[in-house]
Amino acid sequence: MLSRRRLWAMARKEVIQLRRDTRSLALAFVLPVLLVVLFGYAITWDVDDIATAVVDQDQSSRSRDLIDAFRSSGYFTVTRSLERPGDIEPLLDRSAIRLALVIPPDFSAAILAGRPAELQAIVDGSDANTASIILGYTQAVALSYSSALRLEGRVRALPATAESRVWYNEELSSRNMIVPGLVAVIMMIIAAMLTSLTIAREWERGTMEQLAATPVHRFEVVIGKLLPYLAIGLIDVVVVTIIGVLLFGVPFRGNALLLMILATAFLIGALGLGMFISAVAKSQVLATQLAMIATFLPAFLLSGFMFAIAVMPAPLQAVTYLVPARYFLVVTRGIFLKGVGVEVLRVQGLLMIAFAIVGLALATRVFQKRIL
Amino acid sequence: MSGRAAPAVRVEGLTKCFGDFVAVDHVTFDVRPGEIFGFLGPNGAGKTTTIKMLTGLLPPSEGSGSVAGLDIETEADRIKRQIGYMSQLFSLYADLTVEENVRFFSGLYGVDRARRLERRDWVLEMAGLTEHRRRLTGELPLGWKQRLALGCAVIHEPPTLFLDEPTSGVDPISRRRFWDLIYQLAEAGTTTFVSTHYMEEAEYCHRLALMNRGALIALDTPAALRDGLRVPMLEIETNDAPRAVAALGDAPGVRDAAMFGRRIHVTVDDSITARPVIASALEGHGLEVGDMTDITPSLEDVFVALVRRAGGAPDE
Repeated sequence: MLSRRRLWAMARKEVIQLRRDTRSLALAFVLPVLLVVLFGYAITWDVDDIATAVVDQDQSSRSRDLIDAFRSSGYFTVTRSLERPGDIEPLLDRSAIRLALVIPPDFSAAILAGRPAELQAIVDGSDANTASIILGYTQAVALSYSSALRLEGRVRALPATAESRVWYNEELSSRNMIVPGLVAVIMMIIAAMLTSLTIAREWERGTMEQLAATPVHRFEVVIGKLLPYLAIGLIDVVVVTIIGVLLFGVPFRGNALLLMILATAFLIGALGLGMFISAVAKSQVLATQLAMIATFLPAFLLSGFMFAIAVMPAPLQAVTYLVPARYFLVVTRGIFLKGVGVEVLRVQGLLMIAFAIVGLALATRVFQKRIL
Repeated sequence: MSGRAAPAVRVEGLTKCFGDFVAVDHVTFDVRPGEIFGFLGPNGAGKTTTIKMLTGLLPPSEGSGSVAGLDIETEADRIKRQIGYMSQLFSLYADLTVEENVRFFSGLYGVDRARRLERRDWVLEMAGLTEHRRRLTGELPLGWKQRLALGCAVIHEPPTLFLDEPTSGVDPISRRRFWDLIYQLAEAGTTTFVSTHYMEEAEYCHRLALMNRGALIALDTPAALRDGLRVPMLEIETNDAPRAVAALGDAPGVRDAAMFGRRIHVTVDDSITARPVIASALEGHGLEVGDMTDITPSLEDVFVALVRRAGGAPDE
């Protein structure tokens, strides 16, 4: 029953309208670039350049070596040398420093005597995440300092240490996690936003009634409107990927074609969802707001982009299965960082195809109840 | 195509309810092929709702109907291929050019590739927009837009055309020109179903259906409708029409009085005997009485009288 001619007429009309609608065009092409550049630079979970104050009560060559070890680690910037531990508190209060190191008076004596030498680290714990990272770095520097001492033969035994090795994201650069994730999040937002306008606009301008009086099938309307936006979405995926690789140096280890195929399934679902929202809302303003709420927050918070799903409370974990960006996120990170193929992404692929079908079915169904 | 005898549109007991509100109340009529069928009535009379049911945009609550022999409930999709429809509000794409709109609808109606250009040129020519084909539709004056909308509605040469108040808000000259197009289409055999609230347009129709409060209150040719109201009528000049109408409410021999601009039209039992009665009734209320003239009721008089008889317009 579907007619290629009607489908084509619909898609062609949509392209003409889009071409004349600078606001939507800007939304379609500028916003993804803006978002990836902005978030790529702004969101970083890396901690470096930690403002550090030192209270050196030992004033020995050993204690100075230790301070140098911190300096040269690349993570710490020793901004102040303090006389007394009591000077630390006001600095921490003002957030002038994030870490204070106190080297006790018997530091070098203890090392010489082969006793454990104590180093006190006081961390601003107001941001727990950052604090634990700083403590980790502090321990690492202290550990490497004591290893150096052991080589000198000063210390006989070291506490057993676990040597860790990181895969996929060797530098543990958060950017490598963020940029592929952003591809998924941005696509979800853009796709739903773009189509959220399209049907509501027809209602607002009264053109829907004229459309409804023609023999056009509602599925032809949905698909015809979807095609141009799908093309835009795929172009966006390419552009954002290129920016990620060239500007942010994120590795791309997988198959680009596989990414595009899975992106197509994902985009169809997201575009269908946007159209569903548009048809329900019937007003452009309401539709845009609904699309934002339905896509932005879930894609950002519940997809595993910001917070790992594994550490969420169980009920919230259950909710994340309803967030399609969750599946695409696994796909983008997998293809970018791990270079995995269909054998690993099969489940995600199937789930996204299911999402595409649901999105299209929703958009088409809602038409049935209204005039067409 | 259906033969001469088969009606182009057939409606029987057609009813539409929105909750408790009965928008169209058991309406029955036929429209003959090739006829210009006028649909007249005050706002809220149910004209648009009826048209929406006939064009497959709304399912009826009760009753049945067919367009081109196709059932409006079960064959709405097929009806949509057989009809052209122009809605009450301008509903083409303002951000498309004239030509792009024509091409879009020609695609939706599945006009043959071979005939597409020919049809497009015909529509542009008919609407008088050939020179303005590349202008954005939104920039055109309303009268032009309506001609283009008509053109898009007949791009696929439908045997039946539904026009819902196609000329509302359009200036008289554009309106006249629009009606010339309707005649042109009717001459070529198109059945035209048109709703309006302009009386002079009603005169152009072959037959008129009068609707009020969802019900069909009269259906005939304009001439027959006027004849049906062949009772004596006087047009009276006075200085305060509303008070004059009120003053004549219970005057003997006066059947009905209605304002007609700054004058009043009074339906009476007998024009000779009624004159002095009316004059004294008006003067008794301190009103001036000017010329009294015998007149033939206009279509508007018929309309007002029929609506009154049927219980008044919804907003009265």
